Amino acid sequence: MKRIASAFETAAAQGRGVLVIYVCGGDPSLDVTEEIVIAAAEGGADIVEVGIPYSDPIADGPVIQAASQRALRAGTTVGGVLETVARIRKRSEVPVVIMTCYNPVLQFGEERFASQAAQAGVDAVLVSDLPPEESDGWVEHCKRHDLGTVFLVAPTTLPERIPQATRRTTAFVYAVSRPGTTGERDELPPDLAHLVDRIRQHTDKPVVIGFGISNPAQVRAVCRVADGVVVGSAVVRLIDEQTDPGAIAPAVRQFVEELAEGAKRR
Amino acid sequence: MAALHELEAAYEQAKADPQFKQELDYYLREYAGRPSRLYLAEALSDECGCKVYLKREDLNHTGAHKINNCLGQGLLARRMGKRRFIAETGAGQHGVATATVAALFGLQGIVYMGEEDIRRQQLNCFRMRLLGSEVVPVTSGSRTLKDAINEAIRDWMTNVEDTFYCFGSVCGPHPYPTIVRDFQKVIGIETRRQCLEKEGRLPTRIVACVGGGSNAMGIFYPFIEDTEVELIGVEAAGCGIASGKHAASLTAGRFGVLHGAAEYVLQDDDGQVREAHSIAAGLDYPGVGPEHCWLKDSGRARYEAVTDEEALEAFCALARLEGIIPALESAHAVAQVLKMKEELQPDDIVVINLSGRGDKDVNEVEMILESRKVTQ
Repeated sequence: MKRIASAFETAAAQGRGVLVIYVCGGDPSLDVTEEIVIAAAEGGADIVEVGIPYSDPIADGPVIQAASQRALRAGTTVGGVLETVARIRKRSEVPVVIMTCYNPVLQFGEERFASQAAQAGVDAVLVSDLPPEESDGWVEHCKRHDLGTVFLVAPTTLPERIPQATRRTTAFVYAVSRPGTTGERDELPPDLAHLVDRIRQHTDKPVVIGFGISNPAQVRAVCRVADGVVVGSAVVRLIDEQTDPGAIAPAVRQFVEELAEGAKRR
Repeated sequence: MAALHELEAAYEQAKADPQFKQELDYYLREYAGRPSRLYLAEALSDECGCKVYLKREDLNHTGAHKINNCLGQGLLARRMGKRRFIAETGAGQHGVATATVAALFGLQGIVYMGEEDIRRQQLNCFRMRLLGSEVVPVTSGSRTLKDAINEAIRDWMTNVEDTFYCFGSVCGPHPYPTIVRDFQKVIGIETRRQCLEKEGRLPTRIVACVGGGSNAMGIFYPFIEDTEVELIGVEAAGCGIASGKHAASLTAGRFGVLHGAAEYVLQDDDGQVREAHSIAAGLDYPGVGPEHCWLKDSGRARYEAVTDEEALEAFCALARLEGIIPALESAHAVAQVLKMKEELQPDDIVVINLSGRGDKDVNEVEMILESRKVTQ
């Protein structure tokens, strides 16, 4: 948890936005995921989100869906992803957020998941399809294990539900840029500043924006209105495009360097 | 979530509006052809040693119970001013009913269907297109019903402004299990009245197949308080429960969350949803409606499972005994009754919910029988 807070403090002090990079755990293998996370951190990612692949990821567009399927075919398990974070933690202090659907957490056991994630060195968890109103037990487990929570707020979230999410958020709020699924888009929605304002009325936690952000120019635009930005599908696609597994980590490092340039507010 | 709140509010409002009920009753009667008959199947009764009635949902317009729900949701979409009318489909019956209602009410119909199901149900696929709807093939995951639902949810989340998601069964996120049950309970309400008229008493057992569970919930619901009526849901045991290739979520699943509902789910130890298997595409779903889970846990209903083979035999048996070709889905309910012959008493009154007709399955069954060189 402390690592996340200090990532936002450091970035704020340097006058830039926090760059969050998403990768799907186990695509193409957990060993490569480990190298990707290290490379992303070296390239300038302030936080890395590692996704637990799921058979039915309804919030994801085609790129991350395909990555989830590849990861599952490669035999990726919940326990395997957490062990990978533990290995990463031996090599790097980069804050790690686990992103997952609820059913794998439920089957693993909420308490057991929170405890093992914390032990592995995970800093926060985002359960993408767990409505805040249903999450009190889960949030308690996270608090007990000093694990941060992240909740989503979308442009379509009803005004009265925003505080339901922000009240239970201990790490940062993840603002979804537009209705729909993850995936690269050519243009940013025009009303991002308004979305961030609506969230800030209810919390002083950092607000990052994700969904549909894929290049340095978009990163720059988002970092002008929010505390940080998440880039996911573009990274996942880049990983899939590499024919040589050895080329993945260097390619990610280079791409993240370019994105990190964008996160410097000007 | 916002879309679900909007839907719930609109539904509560419609439910309280007598004009909505009037409109729905009108279309159920004049368009769908309700009430559907409760038919005493004489040869099947002889075979079973007690009275066996068939609730003829197969005689509804479009050939299955699905039209009841689609008319209700279509009227709701019209009230809400939504132009796009989207749905998922497995066997294609819900897709056809959706496309029909879209045509009827002048809505833009879009039906998501797994590639594997498109192959199995080409006729229904063509019917949907003929009715003016677009059929979108789904190539993700197992390419069947659950993946079609994923894709429809993604569409709805993206286009929530002008889109109504016409969900086909009593599962998925709240308020769908409630809405679909309410629109299907007409089956049970009619059955109750018809049985009292014909027999002067309630049936002793009601048998219905369960995939997501809408036809079973529709016929069970008005009988839940009548504890003397045994409610029997029949799941698809596919190649046998032990084989792992089945769709019997209540029989062999574990508590989990799928498509926004807490229910019994076919899944592995890691919570990854398993591919379901059934000869009947409409039963091929790895979850089951939450109210069925409650009926099972409370002991109010009993759930059995019937294999592909048994369903296939019942499919052929009903055709020859009664001159009625059932949907492969409904054949599971027929098979269960044939299986429990020994249990039945002469004064039993059994009602089978014949949820759909078998025209859509004829090609598939022919292929299976030919490939086995079985002479019927």
